[in-house]
Amino acid sequence: MEPSDTELIAAVRKGDVQQFETLITRYQPRVFATARRYARREDEIQDIVQEVFIKAFQKLDSFRAEAPFEHWLMRMAVRTCYDFLRSHQRNRETTLTDLSDPEVDWLERFAAGPEDNSKNTDAARALVERVMAQLSPEARLVITLLEIEDRSVKEIAQLTGWSVPLVKVRAFRARAQMKKILETLTREKYL
Amino acid sequence: MDLEKLQQKLMAAAKATPPSDQVPYAFEKRIMARLTAPLTVDVWAVWGRWLWRAVAPCMSVMAALGVWVLATTQPAEPESQNLEQAIENTLLSSDDVAGE
Repeated sequence: MEPSDTELIAAVRKGDVQQFETLITRYQPRVFATARRYARREDEIQDIVQEVFIKAFQKLDSFRAEAPFEHWLMRMAVRTCYDFLRSHQRNRETTLTDLSDPEVDWLERFAAGPEDNSKNTDAARALVERVMAQLSPEARLVITLLEIEDRSVKEIAQLTGWSVPLVKVRAFRARAQMKKILETLTREKYL
Repeated sequence: MDLEKLQQKLMAAAKATPPSDQVPYAFEKRIMARLTAPLTVDVWAVWGRWLWRAVAPCMSVMAALGVWVLATTQPAEPESQNLEQAIENTLLSSDDVAGE
């Protein structure tokens, strides 16, 4: 039988550092999936995941087991991703002007018939990535958690460490920012 | 173009395909190697870091000393309050020397 998280954490705290490897193996797929929402390049994703687990190891003494280890770790992952977004704010690689052909096709099909646009989800995903890359770090984090991961405001507050009113304000601003970016995107293509 | 609808469509596309949770081979080993690696201390890096940290305290001590020196030093009083007399003394002192 596999040891529980609590048992593994207790062992690591007693000095059996190797037990931390089981925790990494158990949770790294989730942390990788989270990191891939905010970073594109594989080396950046790996750096984020590595930082999350190193922080978790260093702060393991502050884990009080009031909530599952997974929640504690995911909070750390989200905050590390937010730090990553803030530090890479100036190095945005994508612009709204150099859309690929499939992306332009997708937008044209959408303009012709907004209801019938189920084909080529790859192009839609690329467009989402392009739009998200233009958002501020706060806006990108809130939109990802609220609109894509369908999390509640309370959950987002717990994950980010922001207050509930602050999450609401940032969500409002993020939606406005996104609308503005979509306006720019469509204006450049269709006016 | 209906931007609200466009936003909904894009969000739906993002939701429909969650990011991969694939992990590179032996990634956990790499992290464990980092965690268990013996700590090597870069003396120059530590020295540089401490030097930078010392900048602010040193500047504040210097400023405090400057203020203290300015506050405690009395401005030198002129030897003679009467400027006219002082000039006359200076000019006539050469005559006195010549007369002797």
